[in-house]
Amino acid sequence: MTKMTKLSTKHLLGIKYLQKEDINLIFETADHFKQVINRPIKKVPSLRDITIANLFFENSTRTKLSFELAERRLSADVINFASSSSSVTKGETLIDTVNNILSMKVDMVVMRHPNPGAAYFLSQHVDAKIINAGDGAHEHPTQALLDGYSIREKYGDLKGKKIIIVGDVIHSRVALSNIFCLQKMGAIVKVCGPLTLIPKYISSLGVDVITNLKDALEWCDVAMMLRIQLERQNIKYFPSIREYTLLYGLDKALLDSLSKKITIMHPGPINRGVEISSDVADSNQSIILNQVENGVAIRMAVLYLLAGRID
Amino acid sequence: MKKSDRIILNPTQFDLTIKRLSHQLIENYTDFSDTVIIGLQPRGTFLAERIKKELQTIDKKIKIDVGALDVTFFRDDFRRQNQPIIPNKTEINFIIENKRVILMDDVLFTGRTIRAGLDAMLAFGRPKTVELLVLINRRYKRHLPIQADYIGKNVHSIVSERVKVNWKSTDKEDKVILYTPEF
Repeated sequence: MTKMTKLSTKHLLGIKYLQKEDINLIFETADHFKQVINRPIKKVPSLRDITIANLFFENSTRTKLSFELAERRLSADVINFASSSSSVTKGETLIDTVNNILSMKVDMVVMRHPNPGAAYFLSQHVDAKIINAGDGAHEHPTQALLDGYSIREKYGDLKGKKIIIVGDVIHSRVALSNIFCLQKMGAIVKVCGPLTLIPKYISSLGVDVITNLKDALEWCDVAMMLRIQLERQNIKYFPSIREYTLLYGLDKALLDSLSKKITIMHPGPINRGVEISSDVADSNQSIILNQVENGVAIRMAVLYLLAGRID
Repeated sequence: MKKSDRIILNPTQFDLTIKRLSHQLIENYTDFSDTVIIGLQPRGTFLAERIKKELQTIDKKIKIDVGALDVTFFRDDFRRQNQPIIPNKTEINFIIENKRVILMDDVLFTGRTIRAGLDAMLAFGRPKTVELLVLINRRYKRHLPIQADYIGKNVHSIVSERVKVNWKSTDKEDKVILYTPEF
């Protein structure tokens, strides 16, 4: 008999709302899509009767391309929207913009927005499946899923793996989603960075802080390096980029001085020479490009599992 | 098994049927050099492996590739059921460009799985020819104009009945059972 099962949620708003079984289901489905995208013909017709709107109220390269590729590989019809070239600049509200787009008969919405909770808000007010592609400093669920998936691919399992998240944790939706995702899958997560960039509530998530980068790297199996999000910093969190790099930048000398080989990840975009040096980003310990490849497979899995029933 | 259920093929008949199908293939193909077998997931793959084994028992010189094809992403009933269908693995480690393909499934019923299989197969190249071999052909309820080239056994059944093929390798015994519905 055909095995059937489904996600416990109707939308993908954040990892917070997912169960461990949901994450496993997404990973297992992504395994099949990874195989599909490595074939000579990379397209399957599953979503041929679905229209998806990609609404990006904030800049993005990787996530937008990755979603669009995933949608097209599944044969969905795709419409794209970027706020910089739209009526939002004329003062239209989020709900009006989205309702206008939905009246063009859209089944799913992939949205990135600078305000935390924007995806949740949308899910309460419009009749379409919502996928959060990043809402302010809140969550970025597909990034966390692809990160978890990449670690699972490298180590076979997430259970008991030690993961350190280094850098601008306070402004990072990737960090928060990853903490939820990795912990649900049984990994141990700690963060590292200057205390001004670590949120005060972090201990309530069961996450310890290590302030010394070398100690943190010695502890972990996997290091996730984060970009300093200057666009979200309206005050000075540290004296200078140069000082940050000296204390929290990962270079080859530091990586080679460790007693074991750790895996390096980065959600992108990379500021080479700030949080990570070029030779580390391009080293054989880095799985940064695998993350990007897995991103398409994970997003295909999420779209496939959320597509729902035709009415 | 309920009293009203019946065995369509017992282990002896099952074995004879597999042997006959294999001989039919040899008769038609003689040389299998440009031929591949593709079993449809999940249960057509058992048939594919079994036929391959039988072919090689009859003639040790026969070398033939066997692949497993999953049609989940190509099905036409996605989004028409309450839950998404969870796929199986596709394992085709060869290209089928210009090959003669023998597609195999355990039961042919509506023909929709085979239709999806024909679509899914194209991702691996353009075959020279495609033939269909099934162990059980449930007649009268085809939704599409699809017929098998090699048939183990024809069964006349109604929609509410269910045909299950059991394999020695996973279900202890080779046999085919027709389950009748409970009223």
